[in-house]
Amino acid sequence: MTDKKDDKNAGIDVTALLELLTKFQNCELHDFQLETKNLELRVDGGFASLPGLKLPNVVPTKPAALLQQNFTLPIENYPSSITEVKLGATKSEGGTRGRSFTLGGEKSPAFYTFESPVIHKPVVTLDVFDMEVPLSKAVKMHVKEVMGDPAAWAKLAVEKFGADMVTIHLISIDPLLKDASAKSTLKTIENVMQAVDVPLVIGGCGDPEKDTALFEEVSQAFPGERFLLSSFTRDMNIENIAKLAKKNNHAVLAFTPMDLNMARELNRKLYDYLGREDIVMDLSTAALGYGLDYAFTNMERARLSGLLGDAELAHPMSSGTTNAWAAREAWLKMDDKWEPRELRGPLWEVTTALTLLLSGVDIFMMIHPAAVKTLKDVINNLSSGKKADPSKYLDWVSAKI
Amino acid sequence: MSQKAPKKELSPIDIYKLLPKTNCKECNQENCMAFATKLVAREVNVDHCKPLQKAEYAKAFNTLHDLLKPPVKEVIIGVGDKACHVGGKLVMYRHEFTYFNPTAIAIDVTDEMTDTEIVSRIKSTEGFTYEYIGNTLKLDMIAVRSTSGDADKFKNCVKKVSETTNLPLILCALNASVIEAGVMVIPKSRSLLYAATLTNWKDMAELALMYNCPLVASAPNDLNGLATLAKTLKAYGVQDLVLDPGTFFNDGLVDTLNNFTMLRRAAIKVGDELSGFPLLGLPLSIWTNKGDLADDLVKWREAYVAGMLITRFTDIIILHSTEGWVQLPNVILRQNIYTDPRKPVAVAAGFKAFGTPNENSPVFFTSNFALTYYTVAADLESSKTSAYLIIVDAEGSAIDSGVAGRKLTAEKVSDAIKATGIENKVKHRKIIIPGKASRISGEIEELSNWKVLVGPRDSSEIAKYLIDKWQP
Repeated sequence: MTDKKDDKNAGIDVTALLELLTKFQNCELHDFQLETKNLELRVDGGFASLPGLKLPNVVPTKPAALLQQNFTLPIENYPSSITEVKLGATKSEGGTRGRSFTLGGEKSPAFYTFESPVIHKPVVTLDVFDMEVPLSKAVKMHVKEVMGDPAAWAKLAVEKFGADMVTIHLISIDPLLKDASAKSTLKTIENVMQAVDVPLVIGGCGDPEKDTALFEEVSQAFPGERFLLSSFTRDMNIENIAKLAKKNNHAVLAFTPMDLNMARELNRKLYDYLGREDIVMDLSTAALGYGLDYAFTNMERARLSGLLGDAELAHPMSSGTTNAWAAREAWLKMDDKWEPRELRGPLWEVTTALTLLLSGVDIFMMIHPAAVKTLKDVINNLSSGKKADPSKYLDWVSAKI
Repeated sequence: MSQKAPKKELSPIDIYKLLPKTNCKECNQENCMAFATKLVAREVNVDHCKPLQKAEYAKAFNTLHDLLKPPVKEVIIGVGDKACHVGGKLVMYRHEFTYFNPTAIAIDVTDEMTDTEIVSRIKSTEGFTYEYIGNTLKLDMIAVRSTSGDADKFKNCVKKVSETTNLPLILCALNASVIEAGVMVIPKSRSLLYAATLTNWKDMAELALMYNCPLVASAPNDLNGLATLAKTLKAYGVQDLVLDPGTFFNDGLVDTLNNFTMLRRAAIKVGDELSGFPLLGLPLSIWTNKGDLADDLVKWREAYVAGMLITRFTDIIILHSTEGWVQLPNVILRQNIYTDPRKPVAVAAGFKAFGTPNENSPVFFTSNFALTYYTVAADLESSKTSAYLIIVDAEGSAIDSGVAGRKLTAEKVSDAIKATGIENKVKHRKIIIPGKASRISGEIEELSNWKVLVGPRDSSEIAKYLIDKWQP
């Protein structure tokens, strides 16, 4: 479509006469008496498909010229929009970051730009770990130089891979790994903040107690930075950490395992201490081939509910897209016909990301540089406001590839 | 635009009222109410009701047909058991019901390829299979393109293709006489003809009628043009249409998604019959405008745009790249998106024997999440070892998320060990747990009094693990 204004004002159909004439579906004959000898009965419509009954089809009069018809834009009105959540804080905003990002604000489903433009582009934050971790070969080849040096890894992520933000996963505090103290992470965070000036996501280790301790320390040590604390779960004692997050101006990621009722319940708990503008939801990301359909539909439902007025789900959404690598097809050495995995793997992450992008995700946590670049390119394409050039499209038929 | 009110939700009662209420069981259902329930769930076809086919029920039959008619028409391409059903969509979002007729994937050949190349591309398309949770994933169609513009060459190519494969065909040329040369070779094939445009529509419509073929209407980035074409072709008598609003890359990507979304919404939410046809996407078109891009990057774009189209309502896509790494993510994505969300994600808890296990055979456990279970089961089968597998009720979670979300706990594992009676089947007391459940290994030992062996993180390594580590 080249001119949306025209379409919106498209007139009603005045040329459908012929269609109207062929549209009768039912024909009932009451008190019908027949006295002629030659009868031709014509009935059009659904009878024709009735097995056993042979009824003649009306042969329509073939139009000699195009029957002009305008397409009417199927615009819907949504009573609500998605809450805006700000991440990162510049000097003037009370922090030290070079810029901040706003998530959310959507007034329609993801990239339905025919009814509402992109308000805030989705953001990509790259994973950085505070110690050596096992990674798929296709990922490791890009980061092996910086493994174990989170500041250098963060610099690489921002300067070379184009990350909008960085997630520093403080997994060294995991009791099953190094069981390092929460306090010991502060130096790491400090180093990362010196190395890059993008907003940060602070990632815990998944142990509720250790993560609670972590968020207590980090919130107070870096007041005003507007970190995203990843993540608050239903089995954590959230009162104190939520209060500290609010007091020190941080945002919170509310994680639930693919269940919208649990997501609502956790958000309601958080509302006791935090504003709506402080909460991002992580509704769980499953990999392509390993439950992506559930993740996709769960997020799509949440977004539609949010737009339709369910305030408890009208929060920006985050996706742990790195989970794509849990699919064995992403990393496994397979038969030659499926190789190379160096392409298959990141394409797995891309496909997982793009599917969820279309469900409404606002912030992606990712790991492979090629996947990040592709997702960012697509987000820029979809937000460009530019039009397609259809002039050479049909050349595909005869193109010599 | 010809509009009607969008379909309201059907209830079994709405349907039951129109059935003969004879409870004759000829449809293999217990009674008419059961049949009505299955009709609403789209698990049976109205044609299965034999009494309804009598003349006295003609009106009810007609009404039922109309009530159950999907807002996106189902179009059948090809004939025989390889025929492809496309469209037939009832809903816009899969959680509203389920999506029917997975996106058909076609691979192209051209009339300027050598016979060897044509045969090799067809064989690789036909030979593409991937086993995934009990399903064999495949490609569906061949698109034959006229790159020469020469009717004889196209004819010979179609001949060669139709002798080589039974897959449904899409015949692609903008010149109707070229299409005609091709379709004459296979007059009863119900090939999809590409394409009627605002300039050639009349000739193409004649061909579609003469050979009873479905026809693509193409109006790139022009929904008014597409509506005009659909209306004209319908009036002309062509009932089976497929719509091509154009697939554009880079700056055109947003128009592409918008067009597919608007067409599907107009069909389903507004009830616009002219939009209610299957949609065709053309990731292949990236190749016509690739500039200096390296081939692998073109394939990469072709692959990810195909994925976005599968997610956003597309019913048929044509691809050029045949590489496994390009196809695999998309056939799996298609499988995921078209999985029926009404079906449970879990398999029954319990235990299962693989091979011919004895009292010294290893015992594994896994979660009842369907994907996890099928993956582990497939690996145990292919490992050719004999073993027992306990399926723990983890509320349908995968191992790692189940452990993290407390849905897969040591208590549940320990209870499952006792409940399955495995203690009477084997002499040893050793359980091999998934590597991703290592966090709860200590607790499992404590609660069950079984020795815990932490197995591999991925079940593909089970065979190797057993050779290296297992001793009863």
